[in-house]
Amino acid sequence: MTAAAATALGPEGVWRRLRRKPLALFGIVLVVLIVGAALLAPWLAPYDPFVQHFDGLTLFGEPLPPGGAYVLGTDLLGRDLLSRLLYGARTSLIIGVVANGIALVIGTIIGLTAGFFQGWIGAVLMRFTDLMMAFPALLLAICLAAIFQPSLWIVAFVIAMVNWVQTARVIYTETSALAARDYIAAERTLGASTWRILFKHILPHLVPMIIVWGTLGISTTVLLEATLSYLGVGVQPPTPSWGNIIFENQTYFQSAPWLVFFPGAAIVVLALAFNLVGDGLRDVLDPTLRGSD
Amino acid sequence: MTVALKPMTGADTAPDATILSVHDLTVSVRSQAGLLPLIKGVSFDLKRGETLAIAGESGSGKSITSLAIMGLLPPPAVRVTGGAITLGSSVLTTLPEAQMRSLRGNRIAMIFQEPMTSLNPVMTVGAQLIEAIRAHAPVSLRVARTEALAALTAVRLSDPARRMDQYPHELSGGMRQRVMIAMALALKPDVLIADEPTTALDVTVQREVLDLLRDLQKSHGTAILLITHDMGVVAEMADRVVIMRKGVIAETGTVAQIFDAPTATYTRELLSAVPRMGQGGELVARPDTPVVADLRDVQVRYDIRGGVLNRVTHRVHAVEGVSFDIREGETFSLVGESGCGKSTIARAIVGLAPHEGLIRVGDQTVGRMTAHARKRLSAATQIVFQDPMAALDSRMTVGDQIAEPLLIHGQGDAASRRDRAAHLMERVGLTTAQLDNYPHEFSGGQRQRICIARALALTPKLIVADESVSALDVSVQARVLDLLRALKDEFGIAMLFISHDMAVVENISDRVAVMQLGQIVEMGSRAQIFGNPRHAYTRRLMEAVPVPDPTFIRPTTPRMAGEIPNPVHGVGTVIARHRMQEVSKGHFVAQDA
Repeated sequence: MTAAAATALGPEGVWRRLRRKPLALFGIVLVVLIVGAALLAPWLAPYDPFVQHFDGLTLFGEPLPPGGAYVLGTDLLGRDLLSRLLYGARTSLIIGVVANGIALVIGTIIGLTAGFFQGWIGAVLMRFTDLMMAFPALLLAICLAAIFQPSLWIVAFVIAMVNWVQTARVIYTETSALAARDYIAAERTLGASTWRILFKHILPHLVPMIIVWGTLGISTTVLLEATLSYLGVGVQPPTPSWGNIIFENQTYFQSAPWLVFFPGAAIVVLALAFNLVGDGLRDVLDPTLRGSD
Repeated sequence: MTVALKPMTGADTAPDATILSVHDLTVSVRSQAGLLPLIKGVSFDLKRGETLAIAGESGSGKSITSLAIMGLLPPPAVRVTGGAITLGSSVLTTLPEAQMRSLRGNRIAMIFQEPMTSLNPVMTVGAQLIEAIRAHAPVSLRVARTEALAALTAVRLSDPARRMDQYPHELSGGMRQRVMIAMALALKPDVLIADEPTTALDVTVQREVLDLLRDLQKSHGTAILLITHDMGVVAEMADRVVIMRKGVIAETGTVAQIFDAPTATYTRELLSAVPRMGQGGELVARPDTPVVADLRDVQVRYDIRGGVLNRVTHRVHAVEGVSFDIREGETFSLVGESGCGKSTIARAIVGLAPHEGLIRVGDQTVGRMTAHARKRLSAATQIVFQDPMAALDSRMTVGDQIAEPLLIHGQGDAASRRDRAAHLMERVGLTTAQLDNYPHEFSGGQRQRICIARALALTPKLIVADESVSALDVSVQARVLDLLRALKDEFGIAMLFISHDMAVVENISDRVAVMQLGQIVEMGSRAQIFGNPRHAYTRRLMEAVPVPDPTFIRPTTPRMAGEIPNPVHGVGTVIARHRMQEVSKGHFVAQDA
């Protein structure tokens, strides 16, 4: 390995390395496409997603299959599926990124604090985490959603409140193991402050784990939102989200499979895209894995 | 124990018959750059009843050779790409895995370095032995149990019937290794491969395990392939020696040839790097220089909780009333076996272990400290740990890590800190071009140099070296010791050197304290301790060290099978402190009650 390849990385260095990983690049392209589609929905969507088209249903009131004027077909109310998916991307991205981001931040802070300080702080935080874990997540989400007036942001917040628990557990375990390592003892004998040890010497080691949980969390959050929508406490109809499109239509899966297939595929592609980017980032950020690219 | 040798095929039974033959063996790893040979053209023969040692430093390919014989090379990347391994009449290199499996344990057995990881922690010792026996021989549970018990008796475990029902964690390291040996020998294999069998053990325990292996070999007639880095162990155990380096054989010969008339340059280098007892340099007389570190009646205890109420029921008395001082520019060594409390003292001095009693380093009292006091302590004393990979942050460049103490203490600006890091890198024998590399890009010895550079950054008065060279190869160890010695003289630093290795201690120390069960049993100058050891434990430690000289005849000592006492006591137990008596100026010996 050349000396230059081993030097510390700035943001441009990360980008330079990421660019050389075809899979990560593919993931980035997918993310850009999805975000672009969500941002440009008003211009890209062929129809208004809320309008129930008279010619969107057959004479017997059945939804139209893909093809023809409605590229991806129509739903039970005769609304254009493609348009709903494009607008739904906005909701699902906000839920997936924001809710998941908040959950990661909360989980990391709690796991890190508990794992590093142990003692009574750790005991209190982790028992609280266990309590949250024991509580059925869905029930909790419904309670929270019932207390607050459901809106997109409230739903994101509710999902974050439920989803931080697993992250906290995993980060806690990893932090406890790291805190017992010799290099942390060495830092202490150098007189390093707690903040320095936490942010310079423990957090960087948690990055791969946070990235993995972050990317895995995107699909679970999108699906949790769908469940909430289904129970009537999620994003309120007629606002489309990929999750609620699936749930609205799942009973007609036999007769109109496209209504479930396309939003389902969209969720899979979104999760895959973030997973690929996450994998690439993890490899690039880990100095011990470098040289294999 | 009755030893019934298995019926052998005709050729095998003749004395001096070659039982295992390795011919022109090449093992390669598949990498992106193509097939890279790990070992190349390795050939040797192992005769019945013989001990052949494969000696070499890390990366020499000695373990790869043993794994190739066992057919345990990690698939799919590493495999045999040339040559043949023959056991009796079967060619192991072409044998299908199913037949290989029945051979393993039955005709070739292996014992590993770390017995704890080789034993199943959730099965009793007896159950594991019985399972191993029944996996290869269709015998009844009762017969297998009898055989297992006989095997445990043969390895001289105390109270073997009780050991059968114990779990691995209930046994000490030495006992676990005996269980591994019992398991390996229960099936009376033709060949026993011992891969660093005593490296993880204390010297006195190593002594017992080596004696045991030798006795068992005599009674069983097993051929032993001993893989080791320790030339002392080689000299004591081996009939013939293969010296390996970087995947090829550097030299083969009888043990006498290798030690008395080595032909290969590498063998000579290796032998000269081995620290030997009785070879410490001349002692430099030091005037009474000021005291750098002062310990008075230091105690460290750890609570063990148990029972329904989770109350403290027992305490580990890790350190019990230890007092000594270290003077400026002096190397003070603490030596003892694992669990004697020497590392706990090291951690207490740098403020990592809570203690009772007084520890002063420079003008700073160690204990509950403010952040400011903590920094003053870290400017006065630094620690170098045993495992440099664990002691370095794998995600920070070494340059940043060496400069970090300066940053923490707010010394200089970014440029001057980098200059200082560069200077230190060069001082410990690395190049400034490597400043931006990460720890995994260095070898073990280089990493330890980086740790030393980091410890020097604040120019402390005292460096605590906690088994700092124990994990390194002998030639690397010799160079790191030289470096430590040179730096100590150059910077006028005092050093607390903690080690289990008597030979290394004799080479580097000015004064030595011998510890046992948390207390110092003997303390004095190097000449006093090594020239005139007064305490029985000191003498036992010194006698147990393997001597790298095949002509050395060890005085016969009674074979020990007993348990090692441990420092765990019930709450409220008063530990009898040793009374120290000064037998000559500066030479203190514990008077056993």
